[in-house]
Amino acid sequence: MSATSDPLAEKVMALIAAVKRIPREQVSLDKSFEELGMDSLDNMNLLFEVESAFNINIPDEEARAIRTVREVVDGVRKLVEAASGAGAPSQPAAAPE
Amino acid sequence: MAGRRVAITGLGVFCALGSDLEETWSALRAGRSGIGPITAVDTSQLRFQNGAEIRGYDPARHFQGNQADFLDRFAQFAVIAAREAVRDSRLALSPALLENAAVVTGSCVGGQCSQDEGFVGLYKNGSPRVHPLTIPRTMSNAGASQVALEFGITGPAFNLSTACSSSNHALGLALQMVRSGQVELAISGGCEAPFSMGFLKAWEAMRVIAPDTCRPFSKDRKGMVLGEGAAMLVLEPLEAAQARGARIYAELAGFGMSSDAHHITQPSVEGPAKAMRAALRDAALRPEEVGYINAHGTGTPANDPTETRAIRAVFGEHGGRLAVSSTKSMHGHALGAAGALEAVATVMALREGVLPPTANFTTADPECDLDVIPNQARATQVEAALSNSFAFGGLNAVLAFRRLNA
Repeated sequence: MSATSDPLAEKVMALIAAVKRIPREQVSLDKSFEELGMDSLDNMNLLFEVESAFNINIPDEEARAIRTVREVVDGVRKLVEAASGAGAPSQPAAAPE
Repeated sequence: MAGRRVAITGLGVFCALGSDLEETWSALRAGRSGIGPITAVDTSQLRFQNGAEIRGYDPARHFQGNQADFLDRFAQFAVIAAREAVRDSRLALSPALLENAAVVTGSCVGGQCSQDEGFVGLYKNGSPRVHPLTIPRTMSNAGASQVALEFGITGPAFNLSTACSSSNHALGLALQMVRSGQVELAISGGCEAPFSMGFLKAWEAMRVIAPDTCRPFSKDRKGMVLGEGAAMLVLEPLEAAQARGARIYAELAGFGMSSDAHHITQPSVEGPAKAMRAALRDAALRPEEVGYINAHGTGTPANDPTETRAIRAVFGEHGGRLAVSSTKSMHGHALGAAGALEAVATVMALREGVLPPTANFTTADPECDLDVIPNQARATQVEAALSNSFAFGGLNAVLAFRRLNA
């Protein structure tokens, strides 16, 4: 298990491993979806898991542009920060564990 | 294919473009889209707001007393379209004919609205019960059954559910039944009413719905737009139709089908190409005889270039000359009813000598290098046409139509 000091990235990578049913250590920030063998349905499943886990909504246009693990992590971070920055009480920054 | 030739002698349609054949065809030839803001649900909870909905629909204008209570919206549409098709055919439905008639429909999702309503009450609003008619309203064969009940048809009646290919499979089966002599008449088509919140949320999650409108084959296409409605065709043996002096719209000349066995949602080139070739063979048509294809043309980034390659694979150089349009740009993607709506568009194109356009088109896409009849209908008399349906699940169904002078 390649532990990072970044809990958000760690959580996203764990979700990718779970969706793809592959060992967590095979997922790293530099991997592309193609390298991980993710097809369009895997992508959809991942977006659903990520949206649910972080209580965010990922727009279709942004979703379509995502090709690498790093892009997912960066995209999620941006949306989570935007939600917490806005301070909307109905949109907590992260789902309760 | 050996057997009797099959004529189309009646058409009925009820969709976002119009409440009958005349209104619908006039919108199709004008390139007028029926896509607009969805009113059936609160779209503020959705990432897309538009659909090809039948706006201002009032069941009381079509059904007497409590009759409509027994039918979900999708089955009501089926009955409305079937009534028009039968009236249009000017057939005398004798007891002998009713015994030898079939109803074959396509519907993919059945009574979504009734199901959603019942389950919202149960799960969300704390109701301990759902409506006792929820089962007969939601079953996807309800459209076929209600059409059989409406006319007293006692021959074979059934529904096919193959996602977006449902009504092409239905029409293809109906063709084979009339052709083989199993029945003397078939009322066949499709019906769908998919605008329920739960179902729209499921489409949202698939990320294939355009936020604006449906722009098939256009470089800026962003996906499909859902539609609703029904279309029904009356099929009878050509000889019988000629003998009674019927108005014959066209010949339903062939049917081809295939399975991709490739991926549950990604389209393929080989499967659709195989189905188009099978339809041509069944209709005894040479590729060069086909002047128009009503494309599956969903407007998703994946479908349109793949369908283009499939058409090119089947038609070669002629693929660049024949005209192709996606009328989903106007009536939306009505899922199980899509093939039936598109059959009506294709039949009318053959009959009237006018090819309906691909509406909402802005920019050519080199990956979709076909003559897609952008935005303006074209006065061209073609002799034969195909109508493509390719479903999620990799199930392909293609119909072939031939012009008849009658």
